Formats: sequence, structure tokens, C-alpha cells
Amino acid sequence: MIQINNISKSFSGRSIVNNISFTFASGKVNMIIGESGSGKTTLLRCMVGLNEIDNGSVLFNQRDFFKLDLKGKKQIRKDIGMLFQGGALFDSKTVEENVMFPISMFTDLSESEKRDRANFCLQRVNLVNANKLYPSEISGGMKKRVAIARAIAVQPKYLFCDEPNSGLDPKTSIVIDNLIKEITEEYNITTIVITHDMNSVIEIGDQIMFIHNGANWWQGTKEEILVTDNKEVNDFVYATKFMKDLKSKF
Amino acid sequence: MKLFFNFGQYFILIKRTFSKPEKRSIYVNRIFEEITILGIGSLGIVAIISVFIGAVITIQTAFNLQNPLVPLYGVGVAVRDSMILEFSPAIISLILAGKIGSSIASEIGTMRVTEQIDALEIMGINSAGYLISPKIIATVLFSPVLVTFSMFLGILGGYVFGLLTGVVTNYEFIYGITYQFIPYNVMYALIKAAFFAFIFASVPAYHGYYTKGGALEVGRSSTKGVVYSSVLILAFDFILTQLLLT
Ligand SMILES: Nc1ncnc2c1ncn2[C@@H]1O[C@H](COP(=O)(O)OP(=O)(O)O)[C@@H](O)[C@H]1O
Ligand SMILES: [Mg+2]
Repeated sequence: MIQINNISKSFSGRSIVNNISFTFASGKVNMIIGESGSGKTTLLRCMVGLNEIDNGSVLFNQRDFFKLDLKGKKQIRKDIGMLFQGGALFDSKTVEENVMFPISMFTDLSESEKRDRANFCLQRVNLVNANKLYPSEISGGMKKRVAIARAIAVQPKYLFCDEPNSGLDPKTSIVIDNLIKEITEEYNITTIVITHDMNSVIEIGDQIMFIHNGANWWQGTKEEILVTDNKEVNDFVYATKFMKDLKSKF
Repeated sequence: MKLFFNFGQYFILIKRTFSKPEKRSIYVNRIFEEITILGIGSLGIVAIISVFIGAVITIQTAFNLQNPLVPLYGVGVAVRDSMILEFSPAIISLILAGKIGSSIASEIGTMRVTEQIDALEIMGINSAGYLISPKIIATVLFSPVLVTFSMFLGILGGYVFGLLTGVVTNYEFIYGITYQFIPYNVMYALIKAAFFAFIFASVPAYHGYYTKGGALEVGRSSTKGVVYSSVLILAFDFILTQLLLT
């Protein structure tokens, strides 16, 4: 479980994240949604200390992250798997080496055990026969999948995914979404997924926070989000003709 | 003001770079990797430049020594002393600052803007230690080797081209390079080389590490890294020469 309290962050005087509080449950897919530029990525980066926050606190299973010393922070970070918006794969390493990297860094497994673990993770994301390729040699969707495999390689307690299926075809998107859901439930992970894809929200969202202008504008479940009368949420949810048509049918 | 800020930030980064590694064996492997990429990869350019500079110094000195009162073995002395005292440690370091420095700054800068450094941090890895310390250690260890190699090839180049062009005889040249040879000078050159290597590895690493933005800024960091390390090398060349030779 991760609790965030009153998190605020501004860049050179411009407020980007504005006093956000929320509790992200474990074993659930917690979704952060909102327009592009609303501050979703910034919030996620603040939560793990990649951006310094101006105000607020973050508790990972009751441990106050910003009150910990460097060693304590590292300890928590070892339990975090993160999927960056751009993948952030190590481009000097092959697909397999990317996934093996955190395993080598934090376990004392033998070379073949590490390889087995990496291959197990790569199979989980349906990526076979790409082990020896470099990130520059694979497609965007494959990169995302490698990044997920790397994020789950050392069995995280917390999994953060920043737009895991942007740039993917609809079919692969659903595969990735379901994979995230599955591992979340299987290992009781506290998962946070940033998306602006309503399909994902309906497919796997357990709890949803809607961010608007850097504030926690609305929160609820996927059933609630379809029937809320909050104007900004409605504008977002029913932005496409498809969703509008669907709504008028009910 | 900006200068003091950079100075402070640089030292904080160096301190983080040399804090206790997560896993020693991985860092040791990284050092060997970097020696291969940065050190061995520079042998070619160092060889070519050294041979030709040695040759040019020989021919020019011989040309200037046409006064019959000055003995021709002066050519050997000139080649030896210019290579050992100044060319190999300082000029080769400037060239390496261009080659190695720009590659360090752009590699680390690219890793910064594509969030690879953030990815390391999130895994609980000290990114500065993991990325920068093997590069600094590798260059500081290997640069004296390159400089020794350069001294040797420079003198050899002078010898070969001196004989080929006939400006100096075998006997005079050999007599010249052994004439009043001071072994301490080589020591002095190697100390300088190691010191300069620290500069041209750490300064570009610093600029790369704090890159903000995208591809354009990576290029800028790389330029800055090379320019600042070159200026620092020249300044310290002056200071170290004063300290070590007087
Ligand atoms: N490092 C930064 N410096 C200045 N402004 C930033 C920085 N990072 C993000 N921003 C600004 O914060 C706003 C929100 O960005 P972001 O959190 O990436 O949005 P989202 O992920 O919701 O699309 C944007 O307007 C962006 O320009
Ligand atoms: Mg974003």
C-alpha cells in the first residue's frame, strides 16, 4: 500500500502538482488518468524521489520515504519496478542483458539462473526470439514489453507504469494490460498505472484518480466513472465519438 | 555565482561517484570494459599523432640546427625532451579530452535525457557510481600507458623519419636521446598524465550527468565538457610544471 499526502510540486514558480492525496491499495491496479500535461508523470516521479517535492509525504507500507536516509531509500527503491514513458532501456545492452541487469545487481544467482529468470520474465510479456537484439533494433511495442519484463525481474512490491500501452496496437495493448493485472493480483503488488486510454481503464482499473490541472479532481471506481456528472471527467471519458455513441445507447 | 554552483555540484557528484559500490564484482568488470572502449580504443589516434609529431620535431630541429657550432645530436635531445616533457603528457591529454571526453559526456548525457539514469536510480543503484567511477578509474589507469606509448612512438617516429630524410645520422640521434637523460622527467610526465585523465574523464561526465532537455542539449554538454576540460588541463599543466619541476 502506498499513501500520498498533500503532495505539491512546482517548476520555476509554475504549480504542476497541487496538493494531491490518495491511497493506492495493494493487489489492485490503481489508475491515474487525465489529459496530457495535467501532471501525471510529474506526480509519479515525485513519489519516488526523482523530482524533489515542495511539500507532502509518501508512505510505502507506512514507511515515510522522504524521512529515510539514502540507505533506507535505496531499500525501498529495490522493491519498486518502474516502467518509464519512453521505456528507458539501456541501449548498450541487449534485450536479455537489460532484463538480467537488476537480477545481477541484487541477487547472487549463477549466470544460468539469471538467464532463466530473465527468460521467464520475457516469456511473461510474450517476447521470445528477441534476446540478442539491441533496443535500437526492436519496435516500440517490443521495447515496452522488455521494459515491463525488466520491471518485474526482481519481483517488485510496487509497480509503476507510465503509459504502458501508448503507441501499441489495440491487441498488444490488451495483452499488456492483462499482464499487468495478472501479476498485480498474483504477487499482491501495489500497482499504479498512468494512462489516458479509456479502454485500459475499463479493462483493468480497480481504483481511479482523475487529475486535472495538477489536482486530484475526482476519484472512484470504473463503474462510477461512467456515470459521474463531473464535467471534466465526462469531457475526458466521452471525448471520442465511439464512447459518446455508446453512452447514448444506454 | 554560476561558477561556484558548478564547482560545488561537481564535488558533490565526485563524492557520490566514489561512495561504496553496490556490488564490487560488477564495478570491476565495468572498469575492464571501459579500459577496452576508452583506452584501447584510443591507441590508434595516439600512435598516428605521436609518430608524426616526433618526425616533425626531428626535421624542424635539424633544419634550425644548421649552425655548425651546435652539434647535431641536439636533434635527439630535442625530440626526447619535447615528447616526454610536454607533447606526450599535455598535448595527448588535450587530444584525449576531445576524443574520450566527448564520448563520455554524450553517452552519459544521452542516458540522462532518455531516463536511463532515472531507471538506474529507481532500481536502487547509485547511478553516478555505476556509470562514472569505472570511466574515471579506467582513464586514470590507462592514460599513463597511452602517454608512455606516445613517448616511445614519438621518439621512434623522429628516428625513422630522421634517418629516412637523412637530416640526422643513426649515431647522433641515439647519442642525443641518451644524452643527460633524467628518468624523473618520465615520472613527472606520468603523474601529469594521470592527473589530466582525471580531469578529462570527470569534467565531461559532470556535464553529461546534469544534462537537461534533449538531443540538442546532449551536444551542448559534450562541447562544454571538452572545452572546460581542455582549459583546465592547460591551467593545471602550468601549475604542475611549476610544482614538479622547480
Ligand atoms: N523538469 C521539468 N521542468 C519544467 N517543467 C516540467 C518538467 N517536467 C514537467 N514539466 C511540466 O509539467 C507539466 C506536466 O507534465 P507531465 O507531468 O509530464 O504531464 P503528463 O504526464 O500528465 O502528460 C507540463 O506542462 C510540463 O511542461
Ligand atoms: Mg506523462
